[in-house]
Amino acid sequence: MELKEKIVSSYVAFENKVDMNSDIHEIRSKALQNFEDLGFPTKKLEAWKYTSLNAVLKEDYSLFPEKENTIELADVKKYFIDDIDAYKLVFIDGKYSSFLSETTHDTFDVCLMSSALAKPKYKAVIENYFNKIAKQDNLTSLNTAFANEGAYIYIPKNVEVEKPIQILNFTTGSEAAILLQPRNLIVVEQNAHVQIIERHQSLTSHPALTNAVTEIFAAKDATVDLYKIQNDATNASLVDNTYIEQKSNSVVSVHTFSFGGNITRNNLNFYQRGEHIDSILKGITIIEGKQHVDHHTLVHHIEPNCESHQDYKGIYDERATAVFNGKVVVDKEAQKTNAYQQNNNILISDKATINAKPQLEIFADDVKCSHGCTIGQLDDAALFYMQQRGIPKKEGKALLMYAFANTVLESVKIPEVKQRITKLIAEKLGVDIGFDL
Amino acid sequence: MLIAKKLKANSINRMLKIENLQASIDNKSILNGLNLEVKAGEVHAIMGPNGAGKSTLANIIAGKEEYEVTNGTIELHGEDISELAPEERAHNGVFLSFQYPVEIPGVSVTNFIKTAINETRKAKGLEDMPAKDMLKMIREKSELLEIDRKFLSRSLNEGFSGGEKKRNEIFQMAMLEPKLAILDETDSGLDIDALRIVANGVNKLKSKDNAVIVITHYQRLLDYIVPDFVHVLYDGKIVKSGDASLALELEAKGYDWIKQELV
Repeated sequence: MELKEKIVSSYVAFENKVDMNSDIHEIRSKALQNFEDLGFPTKKLEAWKYTSLNAVLKEDYSLFPEKENTIELADVKKYFIDDIDAYKLVFIDGKYSSFLSETTHDTFDVCLMSSALAKPKYKAVIENYFNKIAKQDNLTSLNTAFANEGAYIYIPKNVEVEKPIQILNFTTGSEAAILLQPRNLIVVEQNAHVQIIERHQSLTSHPALTNAVTEIFAAKDATVDLYKIQNDATNASLVDNTYIEQKSNSVVSVHTFSFGGNITRNNLNFYQRGEHIDSILKGITIIEGKQHVDHHTLVHHIEPNCESHQDYKGIYDERATAVFNGKVVVDKEAQKTNAYQQNNNILISDKATINAKPQLEIFADDVKCSHGCTIGQLDDAALFYMQQRGIPKKEGKALLMYAFANTVLESVKIPEVKQRITKLIAEKLGVDIGFDL
Repeated sequence: MLIAKKLKANSINRMLKIENLQASIDNKSILNGLNLEVKAGEVHAIMGPNGAGKSTLANIIAGKEEYEVTNGTIELHGEDISELAPEERAHNGVFLSFQYPVEIPGVSVTNFIKTAINETRKAKGLEDMPAKDMLKMIREKSELLEIDRKFLSRSLNEGFSGGEKKRNEIFQMAMLEPKLAILDETDSGLDIDALRIVANGVNKLKSKDNAVIVITHYQRLLDYIVPDFVHVLYDGKIVKSGDASLALELEAKGYDWIKQELV
């Protein structure tokens, strides 16, 4: 049976199991219909021209594993940023692990989507925010149809969450192959502040496909910093759909670090509904082998006097392929917009590929929109210079690459995250140097 | 017996010995049988017209891979280094002050030199230099080159003036304490004050245990760094050698008379 059929025919059983009378029953059914009509994306779609899921979709995925799997903290400790105190939401094969998690309901909620969907206490928030900005496209619809588990984060007015929240999704390989569809909702009310670190990690070599959807609402004066660490094993693929709505004077930053995984597709969408908003989108991609990373970003400037800053750096070795498609839309009303986009790429091997496409649609006439895109190689003259000073070629290369990517790291606000990323980069480049730049 | 002893002392004393060096790039021959011997404690100047092969010689000693050495040997302390990677030569004490120092955005002067020193120490099986010692050394050497503190936190060579780049090269030389320093047109792009600072720095670093090769077009630098030997490089060979007075003669008469002598 094809994956699509298998998914569609499993829907009734899924709904029976979760809650037929759920308030979101209708949203789910509609989304399923939508997915049934659209099917999985193919390369015929402009947005998927350079990313094919065909090979990944051939696996016979388990959709709703029944088994509760446990893992030892010692085995997965290294995937946490464990040198900081943090709230934790940990999911194992799509199921919540209370043992590894640390939730709260004190002044704000860091808990489970499944309980938020089920309990009357959260009804108003779910009604106001759930599936309000997620697109009705094929994969987001697929996620919505089976939306049940994930992170639910609600930060009320004026609350500054003093420690970061880590969301970790592990797959254990207890199934031959697994499809996961986490659904996260993050609502940050007026003048509230939260930092979130997100990671997907497969613990074995069994194929895993994750189709995640995260909706983030940042109210007036809110600040949200989201760090996505994508360093999964090469048997794991990820489609990460993130939708962010911002109100006046809010600042939202998303840093995406893509080092691992088989196929990784990031759909990162910002909608600016207010004035004096700042949206920050940054990314470092370092891949090799046959890895593929696709960044599709959208910043929709809807109202005047807002800013957006994009900075994506990519380094590709061997036969790695990558896509950067950065779309900036400036509506007619969005005068005095300041939109900045930078995308720089280094091809280490002549077999590696980057398809880079800045896409600006500007309907206002008094705006500042800049974009720059470069594709180059490592500078041989710089390498020789470094070698001459005693820095071996491999370390010299790593240092050059690190310096190239470092503009993205500069805006990381959590020092421990920055250190971890630096370490991951050193590991990825196979060197043992500190990168004190 | 006495002779044998003297020979041995000589070979220890001998820093660099180049014999019949022939090299080409893209099948174009640039060095055509060059011989050069440099002993510890000596300063050699290599002069010559444009295109004679001066920078090629410097780059080949440093190990730049684009050049193909077709014949001859390069020995450092009696050991053939022609198969060594550039960093290995650096670890053995070879330093090249670049004619055009490369800009490395995103890496500060301080951290670049820290990495260079610690990679060199690593190659020798030593631990990283303690941060305190490193800072002290940086302070001393930057004072010697009259380098401002703020300058050290800037990206390496990025946006530096010609003079700043050259001073930074000699600063790195001071930090790395090489056995054999090759200064490739270190005087070009320097005003007279910067020239004096750079030359003063080089002179302070000179000792009986290290050697300096100064590559230059002009006599000017040699007023400050006085050479023991002056060689004229022409058409990929050293065609004339002498003492410091040869540089003065070249300054006065140009290179044409040497070309004519060769015919």
